Amino acid sequence: MPQEQPAPGTESEAARPRVTALDIFLAFTQISLSGFGGVMFWARHVLVERRRWFTEREFVETLAMGQMLPGPNIFNLGLMMGYRHAGFPGAFAAIAGFMGWPFLIVIGIGMLYARYEHLPLVQQALSGMSSAAIGLLIANGLKMASILPRHWRPWLFTLLAFAGVGVLRWPLIGVLGVLAPFGIAGAWKAKR
Amino acid sequence: MDRPDVMALFLHFLMLSAMAVGGTQTVMPDMHRYVVDVHQWITSKQFADAYALAQAAPGPNVMYVTLIGWQVAGWSGAIATTFALIIPSTAFTLLFARLSARNPDAPFGRALRRGLAPIAIGLTLASAWVLVRSVNHDWHGYLLTALTVAIVLRTRLNPLWLIAAGALAGMAGLV
Repeated sequence: MPQEQPAPGTESEAARPRVTALDIFLAFTQISLSGFGGVMFWARHVLVERRRWFTEREFVETLAMGQMLPGPNIFNLGLMMGYRHAGFPGAFAAIAGFMGWPFLIVIGIGMLYARYEHLPLVQQALSGMSSAAIGLLIANGLKMASILPRHWRPWLFTLLAFAGVGVLRWPLIGVLGVLAPFGIAGAWKAKR
Repeated sequence: MDRPDVMALFLHFLMLSAMAVGGTQTVMPDMHRYVVDVHQWITSKQFADAYALAQAAPGPNVMYVTLIGWQVAGWSGAIATTFALIIPSTAFTLLFARLSARNPDAPFGRALRRGLAPIAIGLTLASAWVLVRSVNHDWHGYLLTALTVAIVLRTRLNPLWLIAAGALAGMAGLV
């Protein structure tokens, strides 16, 4: 365990250390390789508490923006963080550290899977892991739903997206093409 | 089963990745539709296994996309799906990072975020629906899934323990 330091997020922006692309690569390597079962916890731990490249508020705001953009939110957070501190080299260093190692690891896992998937014990373990992994996904969706306001409109869009893509198995591009403009327009109107 | 076409796989995943607002799990049902239902390059079980393995491995959960590419067409498939995942995200995010330095928190950005959030949540739950039906064959599986949901919502336990517990329950023949 690291020694206890002053509360993170309280230092001024001017006191921030200079960060190189190599530092960013190493930090995202650490986040990525620590992240068993998800990287969100480790991203906050490393970037806010250990390295102090973000204040608590900056981290939350950048994460929200990363959520709005296409793709994995921590990946987008890494890009924005890397770009802000070290320009394009910083952004690419973040991607390389974040995706490079797991890429090799999952391929190793893929090779093992191809060799052993037919063993009964492996099948049983995978089946149990899958049931649990789906539970994590459902819990994620429910946690996200807790931010929705108590109003029928957002819930209607949640239900329509779920039914169209999940139950009816329609192609995503059509469902999103219809729902997204109405969703955005509704939120725009509700704002005034 | 069609012959794996890495270029088609790349282009389809590229398109999905560009639409994956709210995280890549929102486009998972369409990935499943494309590689399992439309082309039958892999089975529904292989798809679900790839998802579960990527959750247990170190790194972002999104690495299931790489593993699906690997199962479809080996190295070239893995590289194709991974870059298809990375390219749109990177382009949009860097563009956004440059623009937002000039104009932070515009009202349209707020409407975009508020309007898309409910859809992203519906799509995440749709992903779970697609997987749950290919994985759980009886009430044992559904019970394990429900227990996992309850534990995640009520405790701060590291999710890896739940995946490990699922593996043990499976090996013990409980699922």
